[in-house]
Amino acid sequence: MKKMTMGKAAKVLSMTALAAGISMANAADTIKVGVLHSLSGTMAISETTLKDTVLMMVEEQNEKGGLLGKKLEAVVVDPASNWPLFAEKARELLEKEKVDVIFGCWTSVSRKSVLPVIEELNGLMFYPVQYEGEESSYNVFYTGAAPNQQAIPAVDYLMNDIGAERWVLAGTDYVYPRTTNKILESYLKSKGVAAEDIMINYTPFGHSDWQTIVSDIKKFGSAGKKTAVVSTINGDANVPFYKELANQGIKAEDIPVVAFSVGEEELSGFDTTPLVGHLAAWNYFMSAESEENDAFIETWHEFTGDDKRVTNDPMEATYIGFEMWAKAVEKAGTTDVDAVEDAMIGIEVPNLTGGTAVMNKNHHLSKPVLIGEIQEDGQFEIVWATDAEVPGDAWTDFLPESANLISDWTAPINCGNYNTVTKTCGGAAE
Amino acid sequence: MTAYARFSLLFLSLFFTAPLFAEDMETASAETVISDIAEEKTLQDYLAELTEAGFREKEELVLKVVETDEPETLPVMQALLEGDLYYVKDGNTLVYKTSGDPVTVFGGETMTGLGSRDIKKISVNNSLRTLLRAQISRVELFSKNPQTRKTAAINLLKSADELDPALLDEALSQEADAGIKEILLLVEGIRQLESDDSAVRLEGITALTGSLYPEVRGALSNFANRAEADGNGKELAAAEAALSKINAMLRFNSIFENLYFGLALGAVLLLAAIGLAITFGVMGVINMAHGEMIMLGAYTTYVVQQLMPANPGASLIVSIPAAFLVAGLVGVAIERGIIRHLYGRPLETLLATFGLSLILQQAVRSIFGPLNRSVVTPEWMAGTFEVNPALALTYNRLYIIIFSLLVLAMLALVLKRTLFGLQMRAVTMNRPMASSMGIRTGWVDALTFGLGSGIAGIAGVALSQLTNVGPNMGQSYIIDSFMVVVFGGVGNLWGTLVGAMSLGVVNKILEPWAGAVVAKILVLVFIILFIQKRPRGLFALKGRSVDMG
Repeated sequence: MKKMTMGKAAKVLSMTALAAGISMANAADTIKVGVLHSLSGTMAISETTLKDTVLMMVEEQNEKGGLLGKKLEAVVVDPASNWPLFAEKARELLEKEKVDVIFGCWTSVSRKSVLPVIEELNGLMFYPVQYEGEESSYNVFYTGAAPNQQAIPAVDYLMNDIGAERWVLAGTDYVYPRTTNKILESYLKSKGVAAEDIMINYTPFGHSDWQTIVSDIKKFGSAGKKTAVVSTINGDANVPFYKELANQGIKAEDIPVVAFSVGEEELSGFDTTPLVGHLAAWNYFMSAESEENDAFIETWHEFTGDDKRVTNDPMEATYIGFEMWAKAVEKAGTTDVDAVEDAMIGIEVPNLTGGTAVMNKNHHLSKPVLIGEIQEDGQFEIVWATDAEVPGDAWTDFLPESANLISDWTAPINCGNYNTVTKTCGGAAE
Repeated sequence: MTAYARFSLLFLSLFFTAPLFAEDMETASAETVISDIAEEKTLQDYLAELTEAGFREKEELVLKVVETDEPETLPVMQALLEGDLYYVKDGNTLVYKTSGDPVTVFGGETMTGLGSRDIKKISVNNSLRTLLRAQISRVELFSKNPQTRKTAAINLLKSADELDPALLDEALSQEADAGIKEILLLVEGIRQLESDDSAVRLEGITALTGSLYPEVRGALSNFANRAEADGNGKELAAAEAALSKINAMLRFNSIFENLYFGLALGAVLLLAAIGLAITFGVMGVINMAHGEMIMLGAYTTYVVQQLMPANPGASLIVSIPAAFLVAGLVGVAIERGIIRHLYGRPLETLLATFGLSLILQQAVRSIFGPLNRSVVTPEWMAGTFEVNPALALTYNRLYIIIFSLLVLAMLALVLKRTLFGLQMRAVTMNRPMASSMGIRTGWVDALTFGLGSGIAGIAGVALSQLTNVGPNMGQSYIIDSFMVVVFGGVGNLWGTLVGAMSLGVVNKILEPWAGAVVAKILVLVFIILFIQKRPRGLFALKGRSVDMG
C-alpha cells in the first residue's frame, strides 16, 4: 500500500515535469534561449538570480518585438548543483530542445563539464561569472571577469593605494581559488614581495569554523608590515568568515579584506555594520551611478515584485551577454551559431556602470574594474576605478605555462590557445 | 580645559604630520590655496567643501577641520567616521542621520519630510577612517571617561610615530589610571624607537618588552629589521630578545586560544548532535533529515526576529521555545507519517528521511527564497572578552558553549527525572515489556522523535548566530552530528558530550599546523580507526537493547 502511494507520487511528479517540457517545446516559430543554472542544491543561492535575470531579459526583448520577427522563448532546466548533470542538461538543451543559445553555469567545474558537450554539438553559451581564465572556447563567450580584470587590479590597488606589503591569500579549495592564487603569488613575487610575506590558506567548501584561521590572520598581520587579505572564499563559507572577522575585531583599517566572490547578494545575508570598509573588486556595483543602472534596477524590482532585491556583477555580465547576443543575431540575421559567433566579435553594449563593453577576438570582454568598500546598508561605495576599460586576457601572462598563449577566434589564427612563440595552435590544450 | 581646546595642541601635531601629506597638498588646485590665504575659512566652509570633494581632498579637509576647534568639530568628525554625516542635496545643509529624522549639524533642528533620496551620505574610505580615528583619539585622550581614554590610547599605538611629543607628555602627566598610563608608556616606547639617540632607542625596547599588543610586536620587528640592515648588533640583539620574550608569551597564549576554539567547535558539534543522540542514539532511527530540523530552527529564529525587529536580544530568547515547538511538531509529524511505518528497516528509513530532507530544503527555498536570510546578532553577543591584548574570547562562542551545556543538562534532567523520560528509556530498552506495562509505545516513539527534533531546532537558534541561515545549512551538520554520536557511543548523552568536545579540541589543535582541510581528514581517519577498535564508541550502552540491536 505504501509503495503504491510512493510510486503514484513519483508518476505524478514525472508527468508534471513532462507536461512542462511539452508546453515549452510547443511553439515552433520561436527563438529558444536555454537557461542552465542550478535552481536547487548549494549553488541555487547564487544561480537562481541569474535564471531570473535571463527570464527578465527575454521578457523585455519580447516586449520590444522579439528578434528577427520571432518571439523569444526561455527553456529552463535545473542541473541541481550537480556537475555531471550540467553536461547532461546541456545535451538535453541542445539535442532535444534545440535551443539557439545557452546562458548558464556558475562554478568553473560546471563550465568544464559542459564544455565538451557544447563543443561537440557546436552550441553557443554565455558564461557570466568571474573565473580563473586559462581557457577560451570557440563556443563560449566569457562575459565575467578574467583574472586581469579583477584580481590583478585589486592587488595593485592594495599595494599602491593602501600600501599593503604582507599578503594572505585565502580561498576555498577548488579550481578557481587555486589558479587565481597561483597567478597572484607569481604576480606578487614579480613585484618583489618575499615568500615569507605571503600566507596561502585553503578551506573546504562550506567551511563554517573560522576561529583558527582568522586568529592566524591576526597574528600574521601583527609583524609590523601592512597586511591585506585577498579572499577567493566562495559561497556559503563567506558569512561565517565575515562574522568571525567582526567578532575577533579585525577592522578594515588594520587588515583590509578584498573579496572576489562577495557581492551585494552575499552581503544581504547578514548585518554588515562591523564590516564597513572591507573591500570587493568587481566590474559592477549596484551603487554605480548611471541612467542605465537605474533603469536596470527598476526593471529588476518590477520583474521580481520585490524592491529589496539587490543586483550584482554576474547579473550585469548576464545582461551584457544577452544584449550582445541579441545585437549579434540582428546583425547576422540568423541564430546560426557560426554566423552569430562571427557577428559577436566587436559588438558593443553600454555597461551599467557607464562606458561601453566590447567583445574581443578572444571571446572575453573589455570592461572597467571597480573597487568598492562595504557599507552599513550592505551596498558598496566605489572607492577606485580603472581609467579605461580593461580587455580580458584569457591566458594570464603571470604563469610560465600560459605566458606565450593568446586566443584569437578571427582569421587567420582562429585558435583558442595560440602559442605566439612556436606559432602553433594548441599550446596547452584545454 | 575642555576637550575641544585640545585642538589647539593638535596644531603642533599637524606640523609633524604635514610632510606626509605634502604630496597631496601639491595636487590641490592653486585657487584653493590662494583663497585660504585671502580669508580665514570657518568650519562651515570646510564642511561645505567636504560634500563635493574626492577622497584625497577629503583627507586635507579633515586636517583643516581639525584646526577649526569649534564645539561642533569633534561631533562632526565622529559622525563622519561612523558614516552618520549626511547632507541634504537641496542646499547642502549638513545633517546627522542615525535612525530617525536627520538633525542639522549647526543648530540641532530636526528636519522632517525628507526621503532617503533627498539626502546623501558623505562617504569615507579606509585611509580617511584611519586618519579620523587617529585625530579623534588625540582629543579623546583627555576625555573624562576612562574607557574612552583607554580606547584612544590603544588607537594611538598605531600612529605613535606621528604623534606630537608635547601632547603625549601632557597626557602622561595627567593620567591617573595605571592601566591607561601603561598603554601611553608603550606609545612613548614606540616613539623612542624612532629616536636618533641609541640610548633612547634601547630605553624604548626595554619599555616595550613584555607587551602583547600587536602594534608593539609590529614596531619591534620593524625596528629589528632596520637594526639588521644598519648592522647595529647591540640594538638588534636587544630587540630580538624582547621579541622572543613576546613570542614565547604568545605561544603560551595560543595554547589557551586553541583550547577555547576547540571547546567552541565542540559546543557547536554538541548542539548539532544532541538531537541526533536521541533520534539515532536512543531510537535507532537513521534520520538524514536531522540537519533540516536545525535549519527549521534557524528559520524560526529569522521569522521571530522579523516579528519583533526592535529587540533582537529578546527575540533570540523567544526563538528558543518557538524553534523547539516548530521543529518538534514537524518531528512528531514525520514520525507519525513516515518513520512509524519503517521501524526495523534501516535502509528504507535512510532513503525516506534523505528524500524528506530534500523536500524540506526545497520547501524552505520556495517559501523564503534561495538567498540566505539575515539574522541580527544582539549587541551582548558581539565583541570579545579580552583576557589580555593577544588573547580575546569571542562572546558569541562563549554563550554558545554555556548554552550547549545547559541544553544537555536540561535533556539529562528530562530523561532521568520525568515520567516521560522513564517511559522513553523503558520503551527503548524493552519494547514488549514496556507495552505490557501499559505504556503507549507509539506515542512515546512520536514524542521522543519530537524531542530530538525540537532540540535540533534549538541548535538552529544558536547556529543562526554563527553561520548562514539558508536552505542548505543543515547539510553541513549532518555528517558531523553522526560522527559525534557514533564516536561518543550510541544512546549515551555523556558519550555525546565527551565525543563532541574531544573532536572539537583535537580538530583545533591539528588545524594550525595541518590546515583546515587536512585536519578534518585526520579526524575522520582517526574515527574510522577508533570505530574498528571499539565499534560501540567511547561509552557503550549496556543492556538488553544491545542484544536486540
